[in-house]
Amino acid sequence: MLELSILFPSILNGLTLGAVYALIALGLTLIYGVLHIINFAHGALLMIALYGVFFLNAKLGVDPYAALPVMVPAMFALGYALQRFVIGRASHGKDENILLVTLGLTLILENFALFAWRSDTRTIETSYTFSTVAIAGAMISTPKVVAFFGALAATAILLAFITRTDLGRAIRAVARERQGAKLVGIDVEHVFAMSFGIGLACLGAAACFLLPAYYVNPQVGNGFVLIAFTIVVLGGMGSFAGALLGGFIIGVVESVGGLWLGESLGQIGIFVIFIAVLLFRPQGIFGARA
Amino acid sequence: MKTLCAILLLCGAVALLPAFVSSGFVLNLVIMTLYATLLGQAWNILAGFGGQYSFGHAAFFGTGAYASAALQVHLGVNAWLCLPFAIACGAAVGALVGALSFRYGLRGSYFALVTLAFAEVLRILANSVKFTGGGVGLLIPLKSSSLDFQFQGKAGFLYVILVLTLAGFLLSWWLERSRYGAWLTAVRDNEDSAAALGVNVFRVKLQAIVLSAALTAAGGAFYAQYFQYIDPHLAYGPAVSVEALLGPIVGGLGTVFGPLLGAAALRLLGELTRNLMGDAPGVSLMIYGAVLIAMVTFLPRGIAGLFRHFGRRAA
Amino acid sequence: MLEASHVSVSFGGLKAVDNASLAIRAESIASLIGPNGAGKSTLFGILSGFLKPDAGSVRFLGQDVTGLAPYRICRLGMTRTFQIVQPFAGQTVRENIAVGSHLRRPRRRAALAHAESVARRVGLAGQLDQPALELTLAARKRLELARALATEPKLLLLDEVLAGLNPQEVSEMSPVIRAIRDGGVTVLMIEHVMQAVMDLSEYTWVLNNGQLIAEGKPADVTRDPRVIEAYLGHGAAERLRTAGGRPHA
Repeated sequence: MLELSILFPSILNGLTLGAVYALIALGLTLIYGVLHIINFAHGALLMIALYGVFFLNAKLGVDPYAALPVMVPAMFALGYALQRFVIGRASHGKDENILLVTLGLTLILENFALFAWRSDTRTIETSYTFSTVAIAGAMISTPKVVAFFGALAATAILLAFITRTDLGRAIRAVARERQGAKLVGIDVEHVFAMSFGIGLACLGAAACFLLPAYYVNPQVGNGFVLIAFTIVVLGGMGSFAGALLGGFIIGVVESVGGLWLGESLGQIGIFVIFIAVLLFRPQGIFGARA
Repeated sequence: MKTLCAILLLCGAVALLPAFVSSGFVLNLVIMTLYATLLGQAWNILAGFGGQYSFGHAAFFGTGAYASAALQVHLGVNAWLCLPFAIACGAAVGALVGALSFRYGLRGSYFALVTLAFAEVLRILANSVKFTGGGVGLLIPLKSSSLDFQFQGKAGFLYVILVLTLAGFLLSWWLERSRYGAWLTAVRDNEDSAAALGVNVFRVKLQAIVLSAALTAAGGAFYAQYFQYIDPHLAYGPAVSVEALLGPIVGGLGTVFGPLLGAAALRLLGELTRNLMGDAPGVSLMIYGAVLIAMVTFLPRGIAGLFRHFGRRAA
Repeated sequence: MLEASHVSVSFGGLKAVDNASLAIRAESIASLIGPNGAGKSTLFGILSGFLKPDAGSVRFLGQDVTGLAPYRICRLGMTRTFQIVQPFAGQTVRENIAVGSHLRRPRRRAALAHAESVARRVGLAGQLDQPALELTLAARKRLELARALATEPKLLLLDEVLAGLNPQEVSEMSPVIRAIRDGGVTVLMIEHVMQAVMDLSEYTWVLNNGQLIAEGKPADVTRDPRVIEAYLGHGAAERLRTAGGRPHA
């Protein structure tokens, strides 16, 4: 059996990873909850955001955390434009079409990255890359601790935004009752694009917190797509609280599973959870609707 | 009858090709086009005729490829005998995925994602298990004899893939004029209405995924034989699933000739970009992605739909 | 030929159908009426196998069919249509009807020929090669009817085939339904519009808030105070009696 001295840090690591996963999944679940579409390009868009943070650091010397005020609005703008001009025009009322279009987008983004930046895996080095923080005897790397609190803060801001602002109220109205929202004069197309933009803004923030402890290459998004879907499905499609808790669960499963089965086999646990939840409890653990 | 004649004429013409063309480049081009057609035909049965969009056809493809390769490498079984075994294994995986997904009522995007997850699980397994050679993959021993499903030139492979594609054509042709095909398209268009008319929806979908998986597995076994090498990424990677769906969507979903039209158009486009841009990595896939978005947005019925549109206008 | 006894089903605590019992005689046109949201379509769903009742049983031709899959019930000879018509998109009228014909005809040619004869019975003969999506609503309703008829049912459940049609179209549809009955098919129809039912059906049940509140000949049922109240609201029967009027909802 595993010793506690190995298990405990592994769980802590899982929780830090889980917070970032939760932030990524939050963007996905927001898009799903409002637009009822599955954004297959979520991982590829995260990859683009990671490259953004990387180049800001490599070319201009911007600290990854200082890149937040650039990356968040930039990803928001990208999302708004994508929904308005590409995704929104392709659906023809079929959700498979959205999946195909976002798959096409994934192909474009991934291969553009491959073409422009080659397949090399890149990391950044900062003064705190190798520093650690001691938590109850376990040594956790500082960037991971920052990622944990940063992701939680971003989540809190997003929740406050959704519950307290007029736009947030409009978004919730559209999510609940699309036709009704249209009737009371809400510009639904605009709300759709705003929601997609906010969903991608989450990716911009996640990228800033992720990169100091992680890496980027053109395929990096692949791993995140199914993980983000698993979290969203596990927590119940469209549920914020579910995404948060699902993120932590998956983070810990991956971290502890990897300890147990090795890095590559450890990922199987996630996919098995994904398949099992979809088959047996498609409304998620917490959600009520299918 | 007209469709059947066209299919036979086309395949006959391709069969005569090696007698006139000896260029390995041209023959390889034809082989790869037919191979993409086969994958497209397989995907088209399930998605085009049956309305179930899979993002994980690699699960069936890889199973076919590994079943054939592993049997040859580990047990020294003759490659020809491996082919039906590979097809059966692919069909079995299809039955499993289908039985689970359709029993629990997965549709649309959820079905697509679950198939993708199955393919990923198999990819990780293939990466970790000794039987499949792990990340290193399996190298099929060189024999260069037609008795071992290995040929000196390209012509032999051309005939094999031609026969498989012909099977795919005949299957699609049969779907357009049989009770089963009528039921399958009815299920695609409206499951409840189909059930009310006496169609066993679950069974019809299950049969479709088994047929589709079997054909895909044949493609996988062919691939392993043609390149004599297989690894987890080639077999179970998302690229295969993308290749399977791209052709029919570009060519025309739910049509007999759609997968061929799509495969040929994409191959042409691929060669064109290679000539213009050189072998820069990712360029052709980037263009494929753009084509996919453009087709779904502006031409949801594909090239075949375009033909039909102008055909009707002229008539 | 069809007996439902004490069937109930609820959705999230709301009783959609509450202890409903009815028996349909062979070769008649019967109807099920009631205000919007009364549970008519839900009861249809139970009869045809699309919904499993929480309690009660359904017998068809002496056989227990409670909770049997719709396709099995259809093979036994009971077919339903849907209120919201959805033709198989991208197929012609002939191909649409042939899906139904195939139930008892494995061969394509036989099914297509049969589809043609069914189309003639419902007045769609002129539109056989038209794409189903291009049909008017009235024609789509006919197509829905034809598809169901093509399975050669003994009992046909029609869910609002007259809804959304103008008076002219309703009067064209009525003889088609009568002819179906005369051909030996028993018909049970759901209608919201009472007038059409009065003319067509020989027996009627009234459903309100999930409960069957009245049954009998349509002319008698529509005079029943409980029925009038269900349609026009509480106290309506009293007001109508004092005003000397007759309801014509």
